[in-house]
Amino acid sequence: MRPTFSIIFFTVASGTGYGIWFLLGLGLAVYWPTCAAPGPEGPEGVSLRLCTYPLLIDYMLAAGFVLVTTGLLSSLGHLGKPRRAWRALSQWRSSWLSREGVAALLTYLPAVGVILPTITGWWQTRTLSPTDAFTPWFPFEALRPIGVALALGALVTVYCTAHIYSSLKPIRAWHNRYVTPAYLLFALYGGLLWLWALSTLPSGFIAVATRTFETHATHAALAITAAACALLKFFYWRDIDRTPPISAGRATGLDALGTVRTFEQPHTEENYLTHEMGFVLARAHSRRLRAIALLSAFLAPALIAGAAALLPFASNILAWPALAFGMLGLLVERWLFFAEAKHAVIGYYQH
Amino acid sequence: MTSLPNPSPKKLGLVIDLDTCVGCHACAVACKEWNDGGDFGPLPDADPYGAEPNGVWFNRVHSYAVEQGTARGKREMTVHFPRSCLHCETPACVTVCPTGASYKRADDGIVLVDEDKCIGCQLCAWACPYGAREFSFERGTMQKCTLCVDRIYNETLDPADRKPACVAACPTRARHFGDLGDPDSDISKLVAERDGYALMPEFGYKPVNRYLPPRPRRDGCDVGDVGATSNAPRDTALDRDKLPGVLRWLDRALSR
Repeated sequence: MRPTFSIIFFTVASGTGYGIWFLLGLGLAVYWPTCAAPGPEGPEGVSLRLCTYPLLIDYMLAAGFVLVTTGLLSSLGHLGKPRRAWRALSQWRSSWLSREGVAALLTYLPAVGVILPTITGWWQTRTLSPTDAFTPWFPFEALRPIGVALALGALVTVYCTAHIYSSLKPIRAWHNRYVTPAYLLFALYGGLLWLWALSTLPSGFIAVATRTFETHATHAALAITAAACALLKFFYWRDIDRTPPISAGRATGLDALGTVRTFEQPHTEENYLTHEMGFVLARAHSRRLRAIALLSAFLAPALIAGAAALLPFASNILAWPALAFGMLGLLVERWLFFAEAKHAVIGYYQH
Repeated sequence: MTSLPNPSPKKLGLVIDLDTCVGCHACAVACKEWNDGGDFGPLPDADPYGAEPNGVWFNRVHSYAVEQGTARGKREMTVHFPRSCLHCETPACVTVCPTGASYKRADDGIVLVDEDKCIGCQLCAWACPYGAREFSFERGTMQKCTLCVDRIYNETLDPADRKPACVAACPTRARHFGDLGDPDSDISKLVAERDGYALMPEFGYKPVNRYLPPRPRRDGCDVGDVGATSNAPRDTALDRDKLPGVLRWLDRALSR
């Protein structure tokens, strides 16, 4: 299948954005509310542990928003009639693409729900003057359901994206049991890469020396997820290498009569089908590109995370090359996902 | 609505006789001509008189050499193979459509695209293993065989002409049109008599169209498969000169 940049960028960027939102939602549902409870009264007054790293929520929201939205807009670039894109929301009963559109739009709702308490400056105010007596207009516990909704929305959207591809039977490299887990895991992995990088920004948790647990947890989660992704991809490649492409004999049903070869192609120039579904560049270089994808996407960031665990003082700087390598590698991986996939119709054009 | 309608008893479709098809492309040309001016047209081409003409055709005629082992050694048989929409009973191209533009008619089973709703996402073309759908970059929408729905019910035409343009044009009568849902129709009888088969039934989309296999040769040779000596498909060769600049550079860098 021809790798179109608009779709590669869409699946990587939106997938990663939803990964970030998934982690943010998870954090809001199980982690932050427990931290946010008013702590013991100290010399400065009642402290709120939440306010030690108030901006990470904003960073994750913003990064997720930018990635998800640019990705979705990029996907419109693939359409022949982008102005009619709204019609794609109508057939959620049968179409995974339609379900993805609906899920993507619905996921913006809990994201906006998280924005509301943050843009009112509530967190920041508490940081600046923790001694104020106050009654938060927004109870901490209310973040839990919003977090659950955000994480679920992100999960469902990426699941729908994966199913757009894995439901297409004519493309065997996509109609494959590893495709949906890979989309989900890669989105989570992209989210972790960003979480690490964003947490090094001012008022992210790693900036605070006491947050060693979170720092180590991030490094460990990143390395483990990278290993899981690489394994999954390895099994996926082994699987698709074992499935032979469809031959002309099978496509035409003429293999019952003998060995079939093309005697004359139906057209002298390229047509839509051969242009869109007969992409051959990747297969000529697949070994090397697979190695590049594995090294850049998973091995390099995992090694960098390992180095950061040993050299905690360098963690803030190391997060960024890890992110750069990881995102570049994910783009190469997604490019291969398209470029290596063969469509059944090419069976009719086999020599 | 892209959910499939209840199966209709009427299943209009084509039967293509691979024994008599001579690969003249008259069906493809007649189809292109009718549909360019029909209710769903035009079918614009890019660079029609230039070096690399490109455009949508609903019919593509492949030609294959089938190698057979006989008592007198190997023999090659030429089979011309017209390929077009099979108007499947459970087509994935319809259910994947996010807009409702792709639909199957409840009363006769014809699969159509509503040009006014299509957003050009091309997912339906990906979902079809038979290559029935071609995207028009000029129109920005998906195009496909309509089974000449604007001919077969057209009361301004002579009743004898109320059949698809490809069927009317075929000089060897290798193409037949009719109701494959009715076991007593001429076309269903033809399928039964000649062991007509469906293409790649393993996908489960239940194609309506049938292909009639070439008849056995009358040269007294027994035919058997010579085996899978060269049945493994070869990969399409990479034409490096045709790659655009960036990819050509990438190709060279990776080839080092």
